[in-house]
Amino acid sequence: MDFPALFEIFLSGTFGTLRLFAVTLVGCLVGGTILAAMRVSPTPVLRAAASTYVNVVRNTPLTLVMFFCVLGLPYLDIRFSDSASINSFALACLALIAYTSCFVAEVLRSGISTIPVGQAEAARSIGLTFSQSLRLVILPQAFRTVVPPLGSVIIAMLKNTSIASAFNNRELISAMRNAIEVRGDIVVPLLFATALVYLLLALALGRVFDYLERKWVILR
Amino acid sequence: MTTNVTADTAAPLVEMRGVQKHFGDFQALKDIDLDVARGEVVVVIGPSGSGKSTLCRTINRLETITEGTIRVDGRDLPQEGAALARLRSDVGMVFQSFNLFAHLTILDNVTLGPIRVRGLKKAEAEAEAMRLLDRVGVAHQAQKLPAQIYAGQQQRVAIARSLAMKPKLMLFDEPTSALDPEMINEVLDTMVELAEEGMTMVVVTHEMGFARKAAHRVVFMADGEIVEVAEPERFFTDPQSDRAKDFLSKILTH
Repeated sequence: MDFPALFEIFLSGTFGTLRLFAVTLVGCLVGGTILAAMRVSPTPVLRAAASTYVNVVRNTPLTLVMFFCVLGLPYLDIRFSDSASINSFALACLALIAYTSCFVAEVLRSGISTIPVGQAEAARSIGLTFSQSLRLVILPQAFRTVVPPLGSVIIAMLKNTSIASAFNNRELISAMRNAIEVRGDIVVPLLFATALVYLLLALALGRVFDYLERKWVILR
Repeated sequence: MTTNVTADTAAPLVEMRGVQKHFGDFQALKDIDLDVARGEVVVVIGPSGSGKSTLCRTINRLETITEGTIRVDGRDLPQEGAALARLRSDVGMVFQSFNLFAHLTILDNVTLGPIRVRGLKKAEAEAEAMRLLDRVGVAHQAQKLPAQIYAGQQQRVAIARSLAMKPKLMLFDEPTSALDPEMINEVLDTMVELAEEGMTMVVVTHEMGFARKAAHRVVFMADGEIVEVAEPERFFTDPQSDRAKDFLSKILTH
């Protein structure tokens, strides 16, 4: 197998990784925001439910979370598609979202606690409901203050997509394994090449977060 | 005007009866009875720790009370929820630390409530906001963020933000205490204008000049109790209680 063919394998692997990443990114931001909102809500039941969820899932290895989703959910007759590959993809995304949401929620909650209490008081004073003041005043500020730690969580998630390779997903690690199978003579260069792709993706992501941090800085 | 409205306007806008507030073992408010009539300007003064800020904050339930009743516009303060949010939208609040929404422009600070709570169209809300900002003299800063304007302007924007909701009542919780002396007057001038237009106001302040100029009544508090209630001129020249005399002698000697 020559270089262009290897390149193609890696390219499609990279696309696979980016696909997992993109879906999980949206999902974990939404999920994390909901969990964080529940954890600061005035309703004790919501607070307890969110904190139980976070404490259980956050402290379970991602591999195990993925086993639960990939093996456990079909056992309960929960399937996303008849196509095995789409199903594997959806289940892997679900596991990544379920897991990463916990970390997003915790980062966001620490951001919420840095917002001066007067902001919430002013929001309530003009007649905003609890959910409006959270949505319109508190969370927009909380997100801005947690851009750096949120960046770390998202970069960790990018690398965690590699675990999906063990569950019938086509992404960088599975591409690397395919490449190694046909070119056992250049294993170490292939490992380095894979690491380099992750590095480049993570660095690009870091740049995006640096940009957001500068753009969204809140003057007080 | 119907007779119904006349009957309504006769009742006080704020009625506090037997209000007690405890913070753990500490009693911040003791047996507070206070009425605020429509169009009345009540200034609450007293030494720090006397409970005057707490009193102000109980009226829109930012601070819950332990016992007693508070009625605003004839209705008991509701529990936390949609009804309370509606009530708060009719009660303006100006804070010592301004509390402008840090991530929004001055204009968006003023339009947020009218758009999200009152359901006004954006253009409509912005036109009204610009009129209010113009009135408090900050219209030229409308596109800036709160941190980009100075403190006196921030507080005037905070007043405009409250006024945009067309409140029945305005609460001022030490509105000038965080301001440098040269900025105090511009905020007080705005407040005096508001009082002259007939706004019902409860003002917690140390500004005796404002009390003399705009207040109908002065409420003097100490140790969580209302010690004395009097017209401003009478209160400042001839206080009845020893604690008021002592307080005034301390602040008026400089």
